[in-house]
Amino acid sequence: MKKVYASAAEALDGLLFDGMFIAAGGFGLCGIPELLIDAIKDAGTKDITVASNNCGVDDFGLGILLQTRQIKKMISSYVGENAEFMRQYLSGELELEFNPQGTLAERMRAGGAGIPGFYTKTGVGTVIAEGKPHMDFDGVTYVLERGIVADLSIVKAWKADTSGNLVFRKTARNFNPPAATCGKVCVVEVEEIVPVGSLDPDHIHLPGIYVTRIIQGEHEKRIENRTVRSKESV
Amino acid sequence: MWDRNQIAARAAKELQDGMYVNLGIGIPTLVSNYIPEGMTVTLQSENGMLGMGPFPTEDEVDPDLINAGKQTITELPHSAYFDSAQSFAMIRGGKIAMAILGAMEVSEQGDLANWMIPGKLVKGMGGAMDLVAGVGRVVVVMDHTSKHGDSKVLKDCTLPLTGKAVVDRIITNMAVFDVVEGGLKLLEIADGVTEEQVRQATEATIVD
Repeated sequence: MKKVYASAAEALDGLLFDGMFIAAGGFGLCGIPELLIDAIKDAGTKDITVASNNCGVDDFGLGILLQTRQIKKMISSYVGENAEFMRQYLSGELELEFNPQGTLAERMRAGGAGIPGFYTKTGVGTVIAEGKPHMDFDGVTYVLERGIVADLSIVKAWKADTSGNLVFRKTARNFNPPAATCGKVCVVEVEEIVPVGSLDPDHIHLPGIYVTRIIQGEHEKRIENRTVRSKESV
Repeated sequence: MWDRNQIAARAAKELQDGMYVNLGIGIPTLVSNYIPEGMTVTLQSENGMLGMGPFPTEDEVDPDLINAGKQTITELPHSAYFDSAQSFAMIRGGKIAMAILGAMEVSEQGDLANWMIPGKLVKGMGGAMDLVAGVGRVVVVMDHTSKHGDSKVLKDCTLPLTGKAVVDRIITNMAVFDVVEGGLKLLEIADGVTEEQVRQATEATIVD
């Protein structure tokens, strides 16, 4: 079955609907599916719930879908870099469910692995655990968190082969593998698509079983916080 | 009183050879400047890296290589990359020996608040709740009082908690405490500060 598509719009064709739930990879602006986000903007899909660690910045990444008011609810651990996010949240226009970062990652991993819930110590005794079932194991209290299953995963990888096997690069891997696994359908954008057989099977980070459609494209890869040291200090 | 760098230098004394450590954003990040020569400490960045290196030179900058504060960084010969689920598996699983984190408030029970001020500041907890629940030892670095002089070392936190009874040691610009049965034990006092000044600036119970 064909997995390679010509463009982000083509790869998303038939997969988008109002009120849908999308899981997105990326951390800050690193490893975000920027081409697919742009295509969702163009498609005009409304009332989307997005599970993503962050929500981009005002004018890049998922922040674009906030500006167009296409997002109804975010499930995130950190929104500090996005002024429009904070404004929409404080004015009540946007629903926000804060998840601790590791809980969000594990909710995606669990959802993709057929695990509907798991117990964690994270957040016990805080507002995050309020109203959720608790259980003691060996004298320690844990809180029950639910696995996430999304209608669609949008993911950025470095390379894919035509069967959908993925390789990520450095810290751009982040939430992409767990997000990829938790979608009923997963669309991936990469910098390079290579023929099957050109990736070492021992070096595949995410096997193609999780990947439904792939596109290749040019990425801006904007840097959020460029921090450098001078050559003299080396 | 200690400045930011002196607090970081004091916090670096908590490090031990061979430790895997997570440093938070702000003063905790400065701790990496004071790792004693000859000591091997592996820094974890919770966005998916062990063996975090220094900031890059201008021509080494790589948009695919950032730390949890979204700053550009570099890799080291022993570095390893992994996804966010595995990153927090090693945190939640107790494999990270210590986290050094900032705080807005800390209490005498070891409660920590550092992620939001209701109605004013909504940033999110990021990985802080996972870190304080999972790592072996939690060291907090912070200013002892607010700009208005109010104590931030309290009997009970007033802000939403990041974790309950999770802090082991508190290093402020005025003093060093351990969280013990019944309150805080005063271990050290910063240069140029008297014990009387520390007691006046501390709302929490100080025990002997």
